[in-house]
Amino acid sequence: MKAKHQRLTLALLAVAAIVGAALLALSALKDQAAFFYAPGDVAGKPLPLGKAVRLGGMVQTGSVVRARDGVSIGFRVTDGKAVVPVRFRGVTPDLFREGSGVVAEGQFQPDGSFTADNLLAKHDERYMPPQMAGKMHKSESLEQ
Amino acid sequence: MIAEAGLAALWLATAFAIAQLLLGAAAARAADPVVLLPGLRKIALVQAVFALAAFLVLIWLFVTSDMSVLLVAENSHSQKPMLYKIAGAWGNHEGSMLLWVTVLALAGAGVALFERRLVAGTLSATLAAQATIAIGFYAFLAFASNPFARLNPAPADGQGLNPLLQDPGLAFHPPTLYLGYVGLSVAFSFAVAALLMRDVGPAFAKAMRPWVLGAWIFLTIGITAGSYWAYYELGWGGWWFWDPVENASLMPWLAATALLHSVNVLATRDGLRAWTLMLAVVAFSMSMVGTFLVRSGILVSVHAFAVDPTRGSFLLALLGLYIGGALALFGARVGTVTQGATFQLISREAALVLNNLLLSVILGVVLIGTLYPLVAQAMGVQLSIGAPFFEKTAVPIALFLVAGTAAGPLLRWRKDTAQALLSRLTIPVAITGIAFALFFAMTGFGSPIAVLVLAFAFGLAAASIAPLWKRKLRRTPLPIYGMVVAHLGIAVSLAGMAADTLFKQERLAAVAIGDNLAVGPFKVTLVEVRPTLGPNWSAMEARLQVQRGTAEPFELLPQQRFFANPPTNTSEAAIATLWDGQVYSVLGAGDAAGRWQLRLWWKPFVTLIWAGGGLIALGGLLSLVGRIVRARRDARTLEEEWV
Repeated sequence: MKAKHQRLTLALLAVAAIVGAALLALSALKDQAAFFYAPGDVAGKPLPLGKAVRLGGMVQTGSVVRARDGVSIGFRVTDGKAVVPVRFRGVTPDLFREGSGVVAEGQFQPDGSFTADNLLAKHDERYMPPQMAGKMHKSESLEQ
Repeated sequence: MIAEAGLAALWLATAFAIAQLLLGAAAARAADPVVLLPGLRKIALVQAVFALAAFLVLIWLFVTSDMSVLLVAENSHSQKPMLYKIAGAWGNHEGSMLLWVTVLALAGAGVALFERRLVAGTLSATLAAQATIAIGFYAFLAFASNPFARLNPAPADGQGLNPLLQDPGLAFHPPTLYLGYVGLSVAFSFAVAALLMRDVGPAFAKAMRPWVLGAWIFLTIGITAGSYWAYYELGWGGWWFWDPVENASLMPWLAATALLHSVNVLATRDGLRAWTLMLAVVAFSMSMVGTFLVRSGILVSVHAFAVDPTRGSFLLALLGLYIGGALALFGARVGTVTQGATFQLISREAALVLNNLLLSVILGVVLIGTLYPLVAQAMGVQLSIGAPFFEKTAVPIALFLVAGTAAGPLLRWRKDTAQALLSRLTIPVAITGIAFALFFAMTGFGSPIAVLVLAFAFGLAAASIAPLWKRKLRRTPLPIYGMVVAHLGIAVSLAGMAADTLFKQERLAAVAIGDNLAVGPFKVTLVEVRPTLGPNWSAMEARLQVQRGTAEPFELLPQQRFFANPPTNTSEAAIATLWDGQVYSVLGAGDAAGRWQLRLWWKPFVTLIWAGGGLIALGGLLSLVGRIVRARRDARTLEEEWV
C-alpha cells in the first residue's frame, strides 16, 4: 500500500465510522427516546400506548393510597390542567411527597391510568425536573 | 480580608498566565528559544502557585465557616463534619471551577518543570497553549462566577451541604475526575504546539504519552468510584444509569482510551500522526463538553439555562473558541504533517486503528444520546433517552471492541498473517464458545446479549494473559504488564456487569418485626427497627439478620436518615460483601400496621465491576511507572554521553 493511499483509506474509514455512529444512533432514537408527557398533554387525546414514556407533574395532595401489601401505592399526578392516576410497586424515593414534583417512568394503560416502573422525585431544595420546569415556565411566560 | 486575598491571588495568577502566553509565543518564534526557557518555566510555576493559593484560601474560608462569603453561606454549615467542610469548597459550581483551573495551572507547571524531551520551541508553544486555556477559565471565574463574592449582611449560619453529597467517596470524586479532565488539557496543548511548530513525530508522542496515561488513570478511577458511589448511595441497586453526568465523564475516557492507543503507535512505530493529533484535540474537547454539561446548569433545565445564561454562554463561548480554534489549526496544518510509517492490513497497527474507530463510534453514539435531548428540548420537544438506547447501540459495538482487544496484542507490528493470528486465538475462542453454551443453558436461554458479554469476558481474560506466554517474566518491560493487567481488568469488569444482569435476585415486601424474607440463597430476618443518631443526622435503623443455609448469620443495618440542615430524608443502603457477591438491603417506609418496607438484592459477583475498574487503573499505573523509569534512564545515558 502506498503512503498516500493508506492515509486516504484511514480518513475514509474514520468518516464511515462517524456516519455509521450517527445512523445507528438515529435509528435507535426513533424507538428508544422516551417522550415526556404532562397530564394535560394526554387529556382527550389518543394515549401513547405500548412504549416507555415519562409522566411528570405534582403529586396531588391527599391522593396517595397505600395498598395492603405494604409496597404498592397509588396516587394522582396533576399539572393543573388534568389528572392521571398512577400505580407503582416499590420503595418510593426519599423526596416523594404529596404536593411535590414527581417524574414517573413507565407506560400508559388503555384505561388512561399509568403504571410506573420507577419514580424520580426532585433531588434537592433547588432541583426541579427539567421537563417540569419547562412546563411551568411555559405557563408563566404566557402570562407575561 | 482573607477572601479578598484569595481574589487577589486569582488576579495575579491571571496576570502571570498572560505573561506566560506572551513569552511562550515569543520563545516559540525566537531563533534561539533556549535563552527564554528558564524564565518561562519560572512564570508557569508562579502562576500555579498563585492559583493554588487562591484555592487554599477558599478551603480556609470553608474550614473557618466564614459566612460573610456568599459561597460558604450557600453551601456550608458550622455544624458540618470537618471533612465535608473541606470538600464543600469544591462541592459547588464556583469552587469546582476554581479547582479545575488550579489543576490546569499545576499541570502547566508540571510540564514546565519536568518536560525534558521536547525541543525548546515546541515546549514554549505548549506552555503558551496551556496559558491560553487557563486565561479563558480565569476570566470565567472573574466575570461569571467569583468564588470569593461577599454577602452583606452575613447570616448567622449557612444553608448546609446536600446530605446526598456528604460521603467520603464523593468528597474526592470531583478532584479525581478533574485531574483526568485537565491532564488531557496537556495533551491538547502538546498537539496544538506540535501543529504550530510542525514538529509531529515519535519524540512529541513520547513526551505526550505519560500525560495521557496519567489523565486516563485518574478518569478510570473517577468513573469507577463514581459508579460505586451511585450504587450504594442511591439505593436502586444499579451501577450505571447512563445519565448525562455519568456520560460527561465517560466520553473523555473513551477519547482518552483511543488516544492512549494511537499515541503508542506514534511513539513506537511513527504511524498515525494526524490521527493522534486529532484525537488529542477531541479528548480535551470532550473534557470541556463534560465540564460544560455538568457546570452550566443546562442539565437541570434548558430554561434555567435560558433564564440565567451568563455562565452557560460564557462556558459555551470558551468551548467554541478553543475547540474551533484547535480544529481550524488542525485543518490548516494537517497537510504539512508528513505521512508516517505504513503498515499492512493484518498487523498490530491495523488492530489499533480498529480499536480507535470502534471507540470513536461508541463515543459518537454516547455524545448523540447525551446531547440530543438537550437540543430537542431547546426546540420545544420533551424527551429523555435512557438505558435502552445505549444498550441497543453502544453494547453491540463494545462486543466487537472486546474481540479486537483480545486479538490486537497477539499481532505483530507492521505485518502479520491471518493464519498466525487464528492459531494464537484458538484457546480464547474455544473458551468463549464453551462459556457461551454453558451460561446460555444455565440461564434458560434468555438474554443472549448478556450471556455473550459474559462469554466474551472469559475469552478476553484468556487472550489478555497470552502475551506473557513463553516470555522471560523477569525481563518483560512494565508497559507490557500494564497492558495485560488493564485488558484483564476489562474482562473482569465485563464479567461483573454480565453476572449482575443475569443472576441478580430481588425481593420487595412489607415485613413485620420477627418475620423473614428469602432472597437468593439467603434468609433475611427483620430483628428490630430502632432510632439512632449521627453527627448531623438522626435515623431509623433496621437490624437485619442474614443467614445462608447453616452458616454463621451476619447483620445488616440499613437506615432512613433525616438531616436538619437542609431538611432532607435519605435512605442509606446496607451492603454485605461476600466472596461471591453482595447482599444489598434498603429500608423503606413503615406503615400503620407496624410493617416496614424492605428491598433486598442478592447480586452474585457484582463486585467484579469495580475490581475490574481498579485493575484497569493499575494497568495504567504499571505502564506509567515503566515509561517514567525508562525516560529517566535514557536521560541519564544522554548526560553521560555529553560529559
